[in-house]
Amino acid sequence: MIAEKKTIRESLGDRIFLGMIYLFLTIILLLVLYPLVYILSSSLSSPEAVSAGRVWLWPMDITLDGYKTVFKNEQVLHGYANSLFYTVIGTLISVTLTIMIAYPLSKKTFYGRSPMMMFITFTMLFSGGLIPTYLVVKSLGMIDTRWALLIPNAIWVWQVIIARTFFQSSIPDELGEAAEIDGCSDWRFIFSVIIPLAKPIIAVLSLMYAVGQWNAYFDALIYLKTQSLYPLQLILRSILVLNNGAATVDAGEMVKRQQMVELMKYSLIVVASLPVLIIYPFVQRFFVQGMLIGSVKG
Amino acid sequence: MGKSQRTSFWGVVFLETAVIKKRVVKTKGKASYHWQSAKKSLKRHWQLYLLVIPVVLYFLIFKYVPLANAVLAFKNYNVIQGIWGSPWVGTKYFEMFFHNPSFVPLIKNTLSISLFQLAVGFPIPILLALGLNEIKSARFKRTVQLVTYAPYFISTVVMVSIIMLFLAPRLGIINTILNAVGIDSINFLGDSSWFRSIYVFSDVWQTAGYSAVIYLAALAGVDPSLYEAAKVDGASRFQKIINVDLPGLMPAAVIILILSVGNIMAIGFEKMYLLQNPLNLSTSEIISTYVYKIGLLNANYSFATAVGLFNSVVNLTLLLVVNTVSKRVFRTSLW
Repeated sequence: MIAEKKTIRESLGDRIFLGMIYLFLTIILLLVLYPLVYILSSSLSSPEAVSAGRVWLWPMDITLDGYKTVFKNEQVLHGYANSLFYTVIGTLISVTLTIMIAYPLSKKTFYGRSPMMMFITFTMLFSGGLIPTYLVVKSLGMIDTRWALLIPNAIWVWQVIIARTFFQSSIPDELGEAAEIDGCSDWRFIFSVIIPLAKPIIAVLSLMYAVGQWNAYFDALIYLKTQSLYPLQLILRSILVLNNGAATVDAGEMVKRQQMVELMKYSLIVVASLPVLIIYPFVQRFFVQGMLIGSVKG
Repeated sequence: MGKSQRTSFWGVVFLETAVIKKRVVKTKGKASYHWQSAKKSLKRHWQLYLLVIPVVLYFLIFKYVPLANAVLAFKNYNVIQGIWGSPWVGTKYFEMFFHNPSFVPLIKNTLSISLFQLAVGFPIPILLALGLNEIKSARFKRTVQLVTYAPYFISTVVMVSIIMLFLAPRLGIINTILNAVGIDSINFLGDSSWFRSIYVFSDVWQTAGYSAVIYLAALAGVDPSLYEAAKVDGASRFQKIINVDLPGLMPAAVIILILSVGNIMAIGFEKMYLLQNPLNLSTSEIISTYVYKIGLLNANYSFATAVGLFNSVVNLTLLLVVNTVSKRVFRTSLW
């Protein structure tokens, strides 16, 4: 169809219009790209260049001083390790629970699946609110423990819906029926047939949960008090947003220290976002798939 | 809880639930005919039911118990007597909120930021998708998508610090540029009149590429024969967009619109809280940040629960109303 289109010469008006579309998209591209490039360039510049506002596009007097300061900062390293822990363990828990509910709900033979689906989706529309939830977490003794970041928000309803739609649309009923006739138990069927077949959806769920967990700060803000438990995002908040960075940098005189703190902010932004942004181009298709699973079929 | 999920994602979810709903209706007759079949299913598939139990418990404990705990709003909570033992006070806390001097500003701030966000954030992803759909160079298209999608993965904390660094009165790049063209520096975050624009445009910067994905998918699903018909009729590129592409993404757009209007009172806490400072509080204090402050910081549990409950009820009502209207007008609805 596309090859056929090319044979017809487009009118002048159409070509001008297309030119305008290219221009529009290029402007959007630059608007999104520029801040990202600016941050990266600043993070690689010298503290003096950043403080003097000499960085426009490319790094000035390239140094790795900013990164050295970041990696010498114990708070940041500790937060990084904590976030890795929360992300890995949290994702494991979340994906397991999501599949545990999504698979049975996708089976026609599962009695009561539509009331149960309503039971779950209703929580998306109406919730008890901040304080009532906080009190539940408190009464379970989870406040100021690592559990508070792993359990209370372990399952996202829309992940359940996505996974369920996947199971419904890509695992034929006949497969289960055949296994049943052969005397295969449900659990064995799940482990030896469903899990291998579900790799794409497991990838989608893991990525979404992992990014969510890595980027979250709200639960940590309300549930944690001990600093040694803080995930990276809370440490970032203290240094970047509340401007408590100065105490953590040792660099002789006042002015120098201030400049270093400014530089460190840029490096810190890069370091904190890098894990996600580096893997993102390779896994983008999974995210898009995640968003579109089901709607393609329906 | 942080309401950090983006509206567009909800759009997909609801599109999907709609699909599932249809299937459920189809199979309902089969699935629910007798208790007998339930017993048979339970006997044969007990392992599946066992699997579901932990998840059901999760929802009961972390979603439904808090729902029951919301009775706190009608009680005078004290720690010793607990939620159920504390004395009833009726609607005292609701009245307290309605007569509170911060009631009107809270509603006003919440509404005006939401409406502004809707006005800017709704059309831009559509324009982006329509534009991308016209591009034949796969490489350019991929590049634009990859780059515009990327900011979605930046965390709220980092996003807010980027805003702060860029808008800093002395060294921020925006003010450096303004100075270069002879305009005095502006203390953007210290000026309450700038707050809405900062919030909304940074949000668009972060999510437009992401939200465009849904519309691109809708456009990919447009029947190719419509394009051929348009070509035969000699439609220009612009006419094709108006008459074929736009109607093609209408259903998705309506769903997103319903959800956005339904969420108009539910602006996320995370970004707002970080952007707040005493200077911009007059436009940046919204219901969710207010609940956090009076509830958790000042430990005024009952009052905060009442405010939160009021907000939840308003949200649900809005969603139901918009959904019903949309069902009548556009023949599209969430369920």
